[in-house]
Amino acid sequence: MTTAAGTPSDRSVLPITERYPLVGWLRRNLFSDVFNSLLTLAALAFIIVIARIFLRWVFFTAEWGVIPANFNLLMRGQYPAAEAWRLWLVIYLLGAVVGICWKLIVGQFSGAARVLIAIPFVLMLIPFFSMGSRLNLLITAVASGAGFFIAGYLPIQRRGRAAAYFLIAYLVVMLVLLRGLPGEEGPMPPVQPILWGGLLLSLLLAFFGITLSFPLGVLLALGRQSKLPAVRIMSVIYIEFIRGVPLISLLFMGQVMLQLFLPDGFPLVDRVLRALVAITLFSAAYTAENVRGGLQSIPRGQYEAAQAVGLSAYQSTIHIIMPQALRAVIPVLVGQFISLFKDTTLVALVGIFDLLGIARTIISNPDWLGTQQEVFIVVAVLFWIFSYTMSYASRRLERRLGVGER
Amino acid sequence: MAENDTAEMADNGTAEEIIICQDVCKWFGDFQALKDCNLRVQAQEVVVIIGPSGSGKSTFIRCINRLEEHQAGDIIVDGIPLTRDVRNIEQIRSETGMVFQQFNLFPHLTVLENITLAPIHVRKMRKDEARDTAMGLLNRVGIPEQADKYPGQLSGGQQQRVAIARSLAMSPKIMLFDEPTSALDPEMIKEVLDVMQELAETGMTMLVVTHEMGFAREVAHRIVFMDGGEIMEVGTPEHFFTNAQHERTKLFLSQIL
Amino acid sequence: MQTIHASQVKPPFYRDERILGIISQVLIVVIVLGLGLFFFSNMISGLREKHSVAISFTFLSQGAGFDIGESLIEYSRERTYFRAFVVGLLNTFQVAFLGIVIATALGIVIGVMRLSTNFLISRIAAVYIEIFRNIPLLVLLIFWAQAVFLKLPRVAEAFVLPGPIFLSNRGIAIPWGIPTESWGTFLIVLVAGILLGAVVVYLLREQGKRTGRMPLVTLWFIVTVAAVGFVGWIVLPQPLTLEQPKLEGFNTQGGKILSQQFMALLSGLVIYTAAFIAEVVRAGIQSVSKGQREASTALGLTAGQTLRLIIFPQALRVIIPPLTSQYLNLTKNSSLAIAIGYPDLFAVAGNTILNQTGREIEMFTMIMGTYLSLSLLTSLLMNMYNKRIRLVER
Repeated sequence: MTTAAGTPSDRSVLPITERYPLVGWLRRNLFSDVFNSLLTLAALAFIIVIARIFLRWVFFTAEWGVIPANFNLLMRGQYPAAEAWRLWLVIYLLGAVVGICWKLIVGQFSGAARVLIAIPFVLMLIPFFSMGSRLNLLITAVASGAGFFIAGYLPIQRRGRAAAYFLIAYLVVMLVLLRGLPGEEGPMPPVQPILWGGLLLSLLLAFFGITLSFPLGVLLALGRQSKLPAVRIMSVIYIEFIRGVPLISLLFMGQVMLQLFLPDGFPLVDRVLRALVAITLFSAAYTAENVRGGLQSIPRGQYEAAQAVGLSAYQSTIHIIMPQALRAVIPVLVGQFISLFKDTTLVALVGIFDLLGIARTIISNPDWLGTQQEVFIVVAVLFWIFSYTMSYASRRLERRLGVGER
Repeated sequence: MAENDTAEMADNGTAEEIIICQDVCKWFGDFQALKDCNLRVQAQEVVVIIGPSGSGKSTFIRCINRLEEHQAGDIIVDGIPLTRDVRNIEQIRSETGMVFQQFNLFPHLTVLENITLAPIHVRKMRKDEARDTAMGLLNRVGIPEQADKYPGQLSGGQQQRVAIARSLAMSPKIMLFDEPTSALDPEMIKEVLDVMQELAETGMTMLVVTHEMGFAREVAHRIVFMDGGEIMEVGTPEHFFTNAQHERTKLFLSQIL
Repeated sequence: MQTIHASQVKPPFYRDERILGIISQVLIVVIVLGLGLFFFSNMISGLREKHSVAISFTFLSQGAGFDIGESLIEYSRERTYFRAFVVGLLNTFQVAFLGIVIATALGIVIGVMRLSTNFLISRIAAVYIEIFRNIPLLVLLIFWAQAVFLKLPRVAEAFVLPGPIFLSNRGIAIPWGIPTESWGTFLIVLVAGILLGAVVVYLLREQGKRTGRMPLVTLWFIVTVAAVGFVGWIVLPQPLTLEQPKLEGFNTQGGKILSQQFMALLSGLVIYTAAFIAEVVRAGIQSVSKGQREASTALGLTAGQTLRLIIFPQALRVIIPPLTSQYLNLTKNSSLAIAIGYPDLFAVAGNTILNQTGREIEMFTMIMGTYLSLSLLTSLLMNMYNKRIRLVER
C-alpha cells in the first residue's frame, strides 16, 4: 500500500448510489435507463389516475348508506336476530379451538399464527361493524389466545389425536348451536338451514365443503394409485367425469335430480344441503388429483422401507406415505380450498342466499335501487379478505415446513 | 398332501437352516432376473453376495422378504414357507430386517421416531419401552446424540447407521443388506462397515450384497458369486480369493480387485 | 438334497394375497354398482310417474317456442329444441374463443410486467394478480353486468368513442365489415395464400434442416399470407364495405352490436383468467434457469437469439400444460353466463329447455356430455403434446 495513488479518499469515495441506499434503490429499480424512466413515469401517471377515480368514488360519489342498513342481512341472512348470540358463541369457540389446536399441533407461536390472530383485528377495521360486533371480535381474539395458553398446560400425551377430538367436538357443538334444539319454546329454538345466509352461509359452505371433500378426495387419490385395477378404473372415471363438467351443472343437477335418486318417502333434502352435496362431490375430484401429485412425488424406497419394517399397507399409508404426500402439496391444496370458497358463490344461482345471493336481493330492493357498485364492491372485498388471508397463511406455513424438513 | 410336506419340512432337522431357497426363478416381463437359484443359509451365518451389476443380487435378497414376488421355486424363512399367504408374509417380514442402498429413512420423522415406529405399531410395544430400546440401539451404532434430529440433518454414514438401528428395533432373526455402502462418500464407508462387523460378531444371520471385498474377506463365512441371474459359485472367502473355480468369477475378481 | 415344495402349499383363501385382492375388488365394485343401481331404479320409477316414456330424446325435434337473445346461426321460435341447443353451444364457443385469445394476450403482458426490473411496473402487475385471483368470478361477472354495463347511459346519450363506437346500456355498437359480391372470391384467394404459406414453411424447414439454422418460419408464413391477402384486396373490387353504426332515435343502426350480456361475460372471464395466465407465464419464464441464459451468452448468441432459441422453447414447455387447463377452466366458467342472461349452452339447455320440457336426465346428459367431450378431447391433445415433448427430451 505504498503506491502513490493519491489520498485514499480520492478513489474510494463511494458512488452516490451506494452512499445513500434510497438513491441507489431508486436508480436500480426505477431509473436504470431512459426506457425504464419513461416506464416509471407512465406507471406513476396510471396509478395516480386510477387512485383519483377510485378515491373520488369512495369518498364523494358512493352512497354507503345501503351497507349499514343491510349489514346484518349481509352477515347472517335471515338468521333470526334474537338468536344471533349463538353465532357469536360459535365464533368465540372457533377462536378458542384454533388456539388450542395450534398449540397442540404446531407448538410455538410463529409465522402463520400471527396472521390468524390478526384476522379478528383486521375485521374490526371494517367500517360498517357496530361497536358490539367489534367487542365480540375482540372476545374471539382473546378466546384464541386463551385457548393457546391453556392448551400448553393440558396433560395430554397424544397431541395430534387430542387436537382431532377437539375439532370433532367443536363441529358437533357448532352444528347444535346453529341448528338449535327441538322445541320452539326452548332456549335454542331450531333455525332451518334455508334461513342461514350471507357471509355466515358462505363460510359454512366452504368449511363443510373442505372438511367433507378432503377425506373423500384422499380416498379417491389412493384409489387411483391402487394396484387393484377395478378400484383404479372407478376412481379415474369419477375424477375425470367431475373435472370435465362445470360446477354449475352439478349444482343444478343436485337441486333438480338429487331427490329423484332417493327412494319414495325419503324426507326432502334441504336446498342448502343439496348444494353442499354438489360442492363436496365436485371438490373431492380436484383434491384427489392434487393429493395424487403428492403421492407420485414419494420415492418407491419409502414404500419398501415401510414394508420391510413390517408395517401393514394401512399403517404405512397412515404413518409414512400420507404425511409426506400431503406436506408436499399443501400450497396446491390451499389454492384449491380458496377456489372452493370462491365457488360457493355459485349457490346464489340455485336460490340460496349466501353473501352474493343476499347482495342480489338487496340491489333488487326498490329502496336501494342503483346501489350495485357499493354492494358488489363490499361483497368482493369481503371475499378478497378471506381468500387472500388463506393464501398468505399458506405461503407462511409452506416456508415454515420447508425449514423443518432440512 | 401339501400340508404334510410343510409339516415334514418344519421338524425335519433343518432348524439350523434358517433360509432355504430352492430353484427360485423371477421374471420381469420377458427378462429372467433369477434362474433356479439355490441357497441354504445356516443360523448365525454371514453370507456375502457379490457379482457384476444387473446380475440379480439385489432381486435375490429382495425376494426373501417379498419386496419382489418370486414366480417359481421355494423360499422358506425360519421354517415359514413364503407363499401368497399374507400371514406368512407378515411373519417373515417381522423376522427379517432390511437395510437399503438409499437408506430410505422416513424424512418427516425424527431419528427416534423412525426407530420406534414399527415396534409401537407392529409389535404393539409401549411408547417409553420402545424409546428405551431405540436409545440403546442408537448407543450401539454410536450416534445417541442425534436422536431428535431429522434424517435430512445427518450425514450419509449416520443415516445408514440409523437405518440399521431401525431394522434392529424389530429384533429380527435375519438382516438383509442391499449394497449398504454404495451411496456413501468414501470416508463414511468404514463407520457403517464397523457397525455391520460388530453385528456379525453378535451372531446375527446376515445376507449382504456388497462390493466391499475387504468386508467379504474378513467377515463373511461364505461368499456367493452371481452372474446373469444365476448363482455361479459358493464358497469360503479363502476359496474365493485363492482358487476360484469359475472363469467368470475369476474375471470379475480380477476386475474388481 | 431334500426336496421341498413350499410353493405348492396353498394357504386358506382368506389369507391368500391374490384372492384377497380379488375379493376386495369384487366387494367394492358390487357396492358401487349396487348404489348406482339403487339410485337408477329410484330415478326410473320416479320418472315413470312423470312421463309415459322413461328416457327419450324425441322431444328434441319438437318446436322450441322460445326466443334466444343472440345467435350466430339463423334461429327463431319455430325451430326445434335441438336447433336451440346448437345455438347455445355456438354461443359458448364464441365467448370461449374470444375470451381465450384476449385473456392470453392480457395474461402475457401482465406476466411479463410482473417480471420487469422496474419496481412500479412489477408492483402494478402483482396488485392486479392478487386482486383478481382472490375474488370469485361470479361476483366479478355480476359486477360487470350490473355495476358497469347496466350503468352506462341510455342509447340516446351513449358515449361515443372515435370509430364511431357507441357505448350504451344496450351494449357496444362497433363498425363492421359487410361482405360484397367479391367476398367469396377474396376468401378463395386467402385460402390460396395460406396454402402458399404452407409451401414456404415446408421449403424453409427443409433449408433449415440442411443448413442447421432455423429461419423465422412463423414470421415468413404470416408475411406470405398477408402479401397474398393484400394483393387480393387491391385487385378485387372491395370485398368488404365498412358499415358504421348510426344513432337513430332510441337505437343504433348498422355496424355490429355486441350485447351488454356478452360484453359483461367476456370482460369478466378475460380479467379473471388473465390473472391466472399471468402467473403461469411468470412461472414458466422463471423456470428457465439463469445458467441457461449465461451459457447461451457465453456461446456468443445475441440477446434476441437467446430468447428465441434458448429461453422461449424451454419456457413454453412449462407453460403449455397449465395454460391449457386455464383455457378449459375459462370454457367451463363461461357457463356462469346464466347469471347475467347470456344464452350460452348451459343457460339455453340447462335452464330454458329443461324448464319447458322437464326432461332432466336427457338435458343433463347432453350438457355434461358436451362439456366432457370438450375436456377429454383437450386432455387427449395435451397428452399427445406431452409425449412429443418428452421424445424431444431423450
